[in-house]
Amino acid sequence: MDIPYTVAERPDTGLNNVKLGIWLFLASEVMLFGGLFSSYVLLRVGSFEWPHGFDMLNIPLGTVNTIVLISSSVTMVLSWASLKMHDLGKYRLYMGLTILLALTFMVIKFFEYGEKFTHAHYPWENTYLGIYFTLTGLHGLHVLGGVVVNSFLWGPGTKMWRTAPERFTNRVEVAGLYWHFVDLVWIFLFPVLYLL
Amino acid sequence: MSVLGEDIKKHVGLYVKVGVTLLVLTVVTVTVSYVRLVLPLAVAVALIIAISKGSLVASFFMHLIAEKRAIYWSLVLTVAFFLALMFLPLLGALDQIGTSTQTARPAAEAAH
Repeated sequence: MDIPYTVAERPDTGLNNVKLGIWLFLASEVMLFGGLFSSYVLLRVGSFEWPHGFDMLNIPLGTVNTIVLISSSVTMVLSWASLKMHDLGKYRLYMGLTILLALTFMVIKFFEYGEKFTHAHYPWENTYLGIYFTLTGLHGLHVLGGVVVNSFLWGPGTKMWRTAPERFTNRVEVAGLYWHFVDLVWIFLFPVLYLL
Repeated sequence: MSVLGEDIKKHVGLYVKVGVTLLVLTVVTVTVSYVRLVLPLAVAVALIIAISKGSLVASFFMHLIAEKRAIYWSLVLTVAFFLALMFLPLLGALDQIGTSTQTARPAAEAAH
């Protein structure tokens, strides 16, 4: 017996299971990152002194990372659009680019963390570094999770395109929704941590 | 089937334009940060630009601009709880009851 509404839309909500499921998951992710942003605000407001992000972090590297992640969001949506246009070749190109850009983001983050550790600046040194490493570390783990999922969809997951193309397209769409959310979190993280 | 259906070809150009707009807004954010505004103004400007960028991502890349009502209502609930999460703890931090500024006042008034 097949699970209903994996592709067909439910008559009451007009949504299929994957779409509703991913949005409810993203709602929980909003609360996760929201809690940490709230902690950041409270810690900063409650402190006697708080360093400016531009004194502590590398703004050019952070800007490059922002450009990289935004570009990966563009390639992700283009990969889904390619499947809607039944072009598997273009889908693999754009999804491959998305994965490469995500890995570029992680490499840059690796160098940023490395630079901090080289100068013995660890998360436990002060509150600013504690919240910086927590926020960016959790975000980085989300990027890694996205890389794993997107790599599966680029590689072995593509088998479903031959047997159930619409279901596969939906899977790529919801992976895209997750990926755009990760980008959205960074859109707020970057100015809050680096520029203020 | 997604709401966009066969019109997807028309949207490809739109996605690229939104992407370019996001990159331009990123450059604007960084450029404004070098002006070194006072903190409250810097926060306001940074958040306005970030919310604009976030809205573009949500509306076009996440297709929220043409989504079903069930999603909209789920997100309205999420936003309400998110705002509570951000502002309720601040109310606690701003609470001055029981602090030295409150307890010192009766002593000062008694002295007069």
